[in-house]
Amino acid sequence: MSRRVRGGPPLAPFLTSVEIAIDRVASSVASPLTPGAQLHMVSLLDIIGPVMVGPSSSHTAGACRLGLLARGLVGGTPERALIELHGSFARTGEGHGTDKAIVGGLMGFRPDDERLRDALDIMDREGLAYTFEKTKLGEEGETHPNTVRMTLERGPRKCTMVGSSLGAGRILVSEIDGFPVEVHGTYHTIVLVAEDIKGSIARITGLLAEDGVNIATLRLTRKERGGDAFMVIEVDEQPEEKVRDDIRALPWIKWTYRLDKVGA
Amino acid sequence: MYRALADAIRDAEAGGTTLAHVALAAESRDQGRPVAEIREALGRALAVMRGAVRQGLTGDMRSASGLVGGDAAKLLHGPAGPLAGTPFRDVLSRALAVQEVNAAMGVIVAAPTAGGAGVLPAVLLGLADAQGIGDDAIIDALATAGLIGAVVAERASLSGAEGGCQAETGAAAGMAAGAATEMLGGSPTQAGHAVALAQQGTLGLVCDPLGGLVELPCVFRNATGAAIALAAIEMAMAGITFAIPADEVIDTMGEIGRAMDVRYRETAGGGLAATPTGRRLARERLVQIKRSDA
Repeated sequence: MSRRVRGGPPLAPFLTSVEIAIDRVASSVASPLTPGAQLHMVSLLDIIGPVMVGPSSSHTAGACRLGLLARGLVGGTPERALIELHGSFARTGEGHGTDKAIVGGLMGFRPDDERLRDALDIMDREGLAYTFEKTKLGEEGETHPNTVRMTLERGPRKCTMVGSSLGAGRILVSEIDGFPVEVHGTYHTIVLVAEDIKGSIARITGLLAEDGVNIATLRLTRKERGGDAFMVIEVDEQPEEKVRDDIRALPWIKWTYRLDKVGA
Repeated sequence: MYRALADAIRDAEAGGTTLAHVALAAESRDQGRPVAEIREALGRALAVMRGAVRQGLTGDMRSASGLVGGDAAKLLHGPAGPLAGTPFRDVLSRALAVQEVNAAMGVIVAAPTAGGAGVLPAVLLGLADAQGIGDDAIIDALATAGLIGAVVAERASLSGAEGGCQAETGAAAGMAAGAATEMLGGSPTQAGHAVALAQQGTLGLVCDPLGGLVELPCVFRNATGAAIALAAIEMAMAGITFAIPADEVIDTMGEIGRAMDVRYRETAGGGLAATPTGRRLARERLVQIKRSDA
């Protein structure tokens, strides 16, 4: 059994960040947007898989997974979305069905769902207002070539996420609402924003333990001392609705969402 | 999972077992899942691979652009060439079949990626069918292929956007060569040479699809990737060794990928995509696909 506490990746020097990996050999960490960044442990089933609708694991399956993860941030299918494509996503996305895949993911279709082929027509039929733009999110060589920024709205909830498709269908979410994060979607994930108070981690991990949820990794990030704290908790089992409600009931929690496991 | 094939080969040889065995044991340890469950998941992948081969060989699949489709059936039913009636032709037709299904947004197993998805099922199923090899052995071969792919993911890349086609059909050829060599009775060491022999033959291969679509040359590059895998298997089974270890060949692939100009990394900025005909076809076909998407 290993338990280690260590500093986060060298994202931005003004951030404080702590990561606790429990029961796992912690992954090697590099800046998440660096091409060729070392990933968490590679699984055989990541390589022989996923089972997916073609034609591109990075541009179709990975893009779909980014959409699937993102919808969790607004608690369901967004009503409005601005989808900004960077690099190869912008240059070759249409031919690869990247637009269809992201839209399908936002609507809850998984990478092996044959409805992905018709996702844009379905979006129109459902009256969803999604727009695409080509953009440059960073410099060549620094920002991963297959990167997308999504700004999503559903009811009163609005959220922005930046994520990359790393190849072979694997993804990495690197930013949520301006907070640097590292979410692979290979676990069920809880994200939350809390006021920066003492004992917040203990309180939340306590709640999870009571609900029988085993934590795989936990990372806390804040932009400044006393500023809001952003917590990303990867857990082994799908947390129940009650867990989220319990966390939400804490007075110093600003918002929290569950992100579905989208990996193989 | 192993980060070096040399370590896996050493463990397999020392234990008198196979790369498949040590790969399944490592995966079981990493993921906390029983081996039987992992084999079951690989069995489901095998079923999807068979389905894609079958669907592609009917010849009904057309890509969105219409640039590719129907060629797998030509190898099955077309005039005889010098290798007709041999597993070589069966392997080629299966590679085209899976990749035609992929281009048509059909269901495939990305192994290691969708763009290189034809090579592994073509080589494993083509050779297994020819020799009457059963599912258990093919599932073992998929585990071996997964091990090789995982090492490539760790040491180099499995993304055309990062490393060119050498990281997709090239990696697939290495996976298929190592896995099939073991499936056919080769030792772990021989499988390692097969990986090196296949991947040395794909070093520098660019990713230059027309209009950025995974269609042309991807469909055909899966067939030639499978052919390279067959060449490597034939040499490795004959006892031929390659002086540079597989891990170092893989490292070289990563190094070449990092140095590769962005035009040759899935951006349609160079290679076949930038030829006059390539540009014209992409312009005509992409306009057709985009119809109401604007």
